[in-house]
Amino acid sequence: MLLVPCPNCGPRNAADLTYRGESHPRPDPGTATKHEWRTYLYLRDNPSGWLRESWYCSSGCRTHFQIERHTLTGEIRTPPLPGSKTAGGT
Amino acid sequence: MARRTRPAKYSAFGLVRRGITKQSWPRVWREPDWKSAYDVVIIGGGVHGLATAYYLAANHGITNVAVVDKAYLGSGGSGRNTAIVRSNYLTPEGVAFYDRSLTLYNSMSIDLNLNVMFSERGHMTLAHTDSALRTMNWRAEVNKLQGIDSSVIAPREIKKLAPSLDVSPDTRYPILGALYHPPGGTIRHDAVVWGYARGADAHGVDLHQKTEVLDILCEGGEGPDGKGPGGRVTGVRTSRGDITAPIVVNCTAGWASTIAGMAGVRLPITTHPLQAAVTEPVKMFLPTVVVSGSLHVYVSQTDRGELVFGASVDPVATYNMGGTLEFTEELAGHVLELMPGLSKMRLLRQWAGLCDMTPDYSPVMGPTPVDGFFVDVGWGTYGFKAGPVSGEQMAACVATNRTPELIEPFALSRFTDGALVGEKGAAAVGH
Ligand SMILES: Cc1cc2nc3c(=O)[nH]c(=O)nc-3n(C[C@H](O)[C@H](O)[C@H](O)COP(=O)(O)OP(=O)(O)OC[C@H]3O[C@@H](n4cnc5c(N)ncnc54)[C@H](O)[C@@H]3O)c2cc1C
Ligand SMILES: [Zn+2]
Repeated sequence: MLLVPCPNCGPRNAADLTYRGESHPRPDPGTATKHEWRTYLYLRDNPSGWLRESWYCSSGCRTHFQIERHTLTGEIRTPPLPGSKTAGGT
Repeated sequence: MARRTRPAKYSAFGLVRRGITKQSWPRVWREPDWKSAYDVVIIGGGVHGLATAYYLAANHGITNVAVVDKAYLGSGGSGRNTAIVRSNYLTPEGVAFYDRSLTLYNSMSIDLNLNVMFSERGHMTLAHTDSALRTMNWRAEVNKLQGIDSSVIAPREIKKLAPSLDVSPDTRYPILGALYHPPGGTIRHDAVVWGYARGADAHGVDLHQKTEVLDILCEGGEGPDGKGPGGRVTGVRTSRGDITAPIVVNCTAGWASTIAGMAGVRLPITTHPLQAAVTEPVKMFLPTVVVSGSLHVYVSQTDRGELVFGASVDPVATYNMGGTLEFTEELAGHVLELMPGLSKMRLLRQWAGLCDMTPDYSPVMGPTPVDGFFVDVGWGTYGFKAGPVSGEQMAACVATNRTPELIEPFALSRFTDGALVGEKGAAAVGH
């Protein structure tokens, strides 16, 4: 089970949220060329490694938020989950 | 060309002779010596990479070819899938393409001299809603126009074909009808992989297992190290050393983006795990493949009596192949809604493989903006049935440097030109 840290609700089962995929800055619809627009819509980096991605807390507080997750190990570093290796030590 | 040992021909006589004399079987393919230059390097030893290599050699006489795989042949989706084949797709492009694959599968046992156990048992997609039924009718009509055996059948006919299904109107998801496709069925997926490996090897293709590609070598491109659009490929860097080659073909399915990234090419792909499970074997009772889109489950019975179940991909992109409890729970619930009689059956195993999903549920095949770097990727949850036709067409594409008509609609450029295929008949169980 993947625990995803919602900024409001805290770590929740990924199945309770909606995955929105890789996040890239959206081009300006007023000025983007067709090529830029389609690149944004369809092409992905899809790395085996750290990925910046968007989530939607669909069955909780209904916030959209971003995290960084490792797509091979499942580790989350921004914001880190409490107790994880990347959580930092104070 | 000299030192090649052809694999022994499989025959009833050979079986008896080796049985009596207790002679061991010879190696099925060679463990080739390392070479640092080839005409073509194919990355990925699944059904797609091996079929491409085989047809390059068999149809075009191009034999100075290496297939490299980071693990063992068939370790990717090709050895993990549920082995269902069919051609009742929705778009004319899809139907024509998958139908050619079924034709090749039909003669494969003879062509490759290896029994791939093609069981043409029929394929049934259930409709539980009016809108699903409408789509089934649409698909049947598209199929019939292209000469594919496919029709919508009523619950009482469904009951005849698969008596264990609950077709009563008072279930939670009543079965209203089904798209029935008699030529569909299952094939022994390992045999397909081994058949192509053995055939390619016999033609002189070198199969390098445990050889991981770490980088793609390029020159002249607009990105760093000469990679990216406008450049050309010069070879690959592997865990065992560099190989120079003017042509490199990416057949790495779930890992396709990582390999393309090494050449500076971005793909319209995200990687998601697909899970499957198998029960203990029981007496034969399910003669056809049964798929339910609304219940997100499909099931077939193997020749040994096990039930093989699959579902849709896990929603979160990941390269991790671990199974989840959520999958098993959902699967069990949905299977029981279809066939309540199975409640005492035990699941034996569950596993996952990586699927390379595209936005229009269609593959990405052919050249890329990097000269000499070809892709045969984006196979999602449906690429096993496409192995033969993809190998045949990719081989033609590479050998002639022209894109064959059958795969033209699947070009990478469709995503930047805005000409997506929209194959909603691709995944058996919803998207
Ligand atoms: C559970 C499950 C059920 C499925 N059911 C069906 C079905 O019923 N019918 C159907 O048609 N399809 C099905 N599929 C989809 C099908 O299995 C795949 O689309 C197909 O096998 C892809 O074949 P391939 O040869 O392209 O890739 P793969 O078989 O995945 O091979 C890719 C290879 O690339 C290698 N590789 C990766 N990275 C590197 C590297 N850096 N260097 C060297 N080698 C590398 C891997 O080791 C792997 O062997 C299913 C998939 C799964 C997971
Ligand atoms: Zn929340």
